[in-house]
Amino acid sequence: MNGTRSRIGQGRLLSAGIVAGLLLALVVLPFGLKNYGVYLLSLWAVYCMAALGLNLTLGYAGQISLAQAAFLGIGAYVTALLTKAGLSFWLTWPLGGLLCFALGLLLGFPALRVQHHYLAFVTLAFNALVFLVLRNEEWLTGGVYGVDNIQRPLFLGLSSKSPIAFYFLSLGLLTLVSAGLWWLIRSPWGRAFQALRENPLRAASLGVNVRTYTLLAFAIGSGIGGLAGGLYSPLVGFIDHTPFELGTSLALLLIVVVGGSGHFAGPFLGAAVVMLLPEWLRISQDYYLILYALLVMVLMVVCPTGLMGMWERVLRDRALRAGRAGGP
Amino acid sequence: MAQFLQLITSGLATGAIYALAAIGFTLLWQTSQTINFAQGEFVMLPAFLMLGGMQVLGLSIYASFVLSLALSGVLLGWLFKRLLVDRLIPHGYLPLVIAAIGLSLFLKELVKVTFGPEARPFPSALPTGLLHWGSVVLSSNDLAVLVLTAGVVLALHLFLAHTQTGRAMQAVAQNAETALVLGIPVSRMVLYTFLINAALVSLAALLVTPLYLAKFSNGESLGLVAFIAAIVGGFNRVRGALVGGLLLGVVDNLSGAYISSAYRQAGPLVVLIAIILFRPQGLLGKAEERTV
Amino acid sequence: MSAPLLEVQGLSKAFGGIHAVQDVSFTVGEGEIVGVIGPNGSGKSTLFNCILGQLRPSAGAVRFAGREVTRMSPARLSTLGIGRSFQLLQVFDNLSVRDNLILAGQEHQGTLLARLFAPGDAGLAERAEQVLARFNLAPVARQRACECSYGQQKLLDIAMAFMAGPRLVLLDEPAAGVNPTLLVSLSRLLRQVQAESGVAFVVIEHNMEFIMRLCSRIVVMAEGRVIAEGSPATVQADPHVMEAYLGN
Repeated sequence: MNGTRSRIGQGRLLSAGIVAGLLLALVVLPFGLKNYGVYLLSLWAVYCMAALGLNLTLGYAGQISLAQAAFLGIGAYVTALLTKAGLSFWLTWPLGGLLCFALGLLLGFPALRVQHHYLAFVTLAFNALVFLVLRNEEWLTGGVYGVDNIQRPLFLGLSSKSPIAFYFLSLGLLTLVSAGLWWLIRSPWGRAFQALRENPLRAASLGVNVRTYTLLAFAIGSGIGGLAGGLYSPLVGFIDHTPFELGTSLALLLIVVVGGSGHFAGPFLGAAVVMLLPEWLRISQDYYLILYALLVMVLMVVCPTGLMGMWERVLRDRALRAGRAGGP
Repeated sequence: MAQFLQLITSGLATGAIYALAAIGFTLLWQTSQTINFAQGEFVMLPAFLMLGGMQVLGLSIYASFVLSLALSGVLLGWLFKRLLVDRLIPHGYLPLVIAAIGLSLFLKELVKVTFGPEARPFPSALPTGLLHWGSVVLSSNDLAVLVLTAGVVLALHLFLAHTQTGRAMQAVAQNAETALVLGIPVSRMVLYTFLINAALVSLAALLVTPLYLAKFSNGESLGLVAFIAAIVGGFNRVRGALVGGLLLGVVDNLSGAYISSAYRQAGPLVVLIAIILFRPQGLLGKAEERTV
Repeated sequence: MSAPLLEVQGLSKAFGGIHAVQDVSFTVGEGEIVGVIGPNGSGKSTLFNCILGQLRPSAGAVRFAGREVTRMSPARLSTLGIGRSFQLLQVFDNLSVRDNLILAGQEHQGTLLARLFAPGDAGLAERAEQVLARFNLAPVARQRACECSYGQQKLLDIAMAFMAGPRLVLLDEPAAGVNPTLLVSLSRLLRQVQAESGVAFVVIEHNMEFIMRLCSRIVVMAEGRVIAEGSPATVQADPHVMEAYLGN
């Protein structure tokens, strides 16, 4: 009994150590990279944030959404347009998130009627519609010409124009959002979300308002997608509709599932693999996407619960072995 | 009026091709709960298998088609089932969706690397030319496509409804566990549907590629159309997928001619959302039993 | 005598042309333990599902603590003080045993917004410890529910129904699949819980020994109707009951 507890404690210590090490690496890393590398790291932070939102909706609350790229887009346009209209980033950023929260609430309504693949297709169609609006409504979004010259924000009077400065801004905001989510998942709401994923019928019989929590899961996940978008537009400086296509939603889904859906660290790991692995495989030139697609398939076959699921399995096997070795 | 009739016919012809992909998609869903996110690429690949047969081996288009049928059966039928579906289905629908997305990227990039990124002309296997009938001018290719797909769908229907194997496959689609208890070799029946799907996508490739040219990215729009057709018609009905495909082809053609606007693509999407929300079983589908 | 805690009046439910439950009436007093028995297909589970808002009754009324609750949602009924357990195991596999229990209690207090800002255990740590101890689940409190034995999961399922301190609990076959040793302690456990908290039970059960020992009053159903009602002894002596079980 005590042995088990101390092993669990050891596991926690190990995890905390890994997190601290990685955070340190994220702070030190950009100093050794060229501008493109730093840009990629910032992009990683953006995708991480969007995937964190999707992981809440899909991984914790069990509601599939293939519309996360649409919210990324809406957040990006809101920040871009309002910033150009003269508002401060520190106002437009939360506003984009708030708008996406409201739209996500609406998108949650279909989830009250249909589940699984049907829900996947409704959200997929929503993404495609938003894409069309972004492309066609020239008066608002600039249509195919997009919005250019998006300024990067000031933080405490400091400019974030340089790649490294903007990277640290992104990393800071990502940490902020992650901390918020960490706390949300450990709150009674987080428990209710997981109950929704595991067994909605039983949850209802215990007084959980399935309706409210389903809508909230969609709204919060989408809102975080909007926040990620708000970070995306000052990062790239120019946006049009193309990055917010369905393919990006699928890539975000890939990030969540490859990392380990329903694991807090999943999106961080998943985004690293999905975004950075292709860059690294580029040395194989033309074949890198083929290799990458193969790796995705192999990973799903070897470990359908994703990388975090694999890590957890390793930890459990180790604990089991240790238990057996320590036993009488 | 004459123009309207022509639009309807050519819409039906494209719709019939969509229906082939949608029917295959539906069959896979029915027997194995596979949502094949790579179905579009499944139509794209055989086109290049045929191109390979014609350009590398110097075969005729018909011989190439037979070759592509065989290769598709092995690659898109047997291998797909053995390597991905069988292993992933026990883990719920999500890992398989991801693997299928991976597979679609894999096929796309493989074709791009092998055949190059540019679109290539693709010969038509059917008679081309125009048929005059009063003031109405119809494309003989369209009519041939319609006749051919009608024949294939009818044959498939007869096979499913009137042969022992076909009925066993339907039993598997309705309830795999009961089918197993009844002594039906479920796994083999599922394999048959994968083979049928491989044949259907090969045929769809043969018919659709002359219209669009052969390009590695052809699958992107085709896959989406197949999903929409399958859902609009009824996810759990072969007949539904047929109607859904035809409907989509006609609607697409008419809206292209009469309401050419930036939102042309929005029509099917709105229909899709409305159908899923208000009639999730599809136009012709049966409501699925809700299991608690 | 004061008004009964639960009053079911003329409840009916038809599926198509089949009358699964027909004109069923009975009452449950405060702190009473009532058994519902009957052959398979006699409508017991449908009756439960109608009372608990899982199914919409075709006719009739349900009153709880003097209040009309017919057709209320399961979640609403739960917050009003009606707990339930399920015939087939319905626990949250990937939550710890302790989290299962806290979940069972958390929605019964405060507002939605207050729960967002509440501590992780929703202030229910102490209550959870009590219930864990009462149902002998303390040793597995930190394990995921799916890692527990069948008996432990069954206990957890029942324990969850009591977590929020309900006034009435409906148990659907609590003894199903439970080994004889656990069965004896289960009926003792339920009696103890009843004595401590004054909660009333309605229990569906096939195990006659178990239900006769546990309940003070028994309702017998056959073909959707109530055919007998009374103390265990009366019901056992009733020739109609024997006939219903053995068939004509």
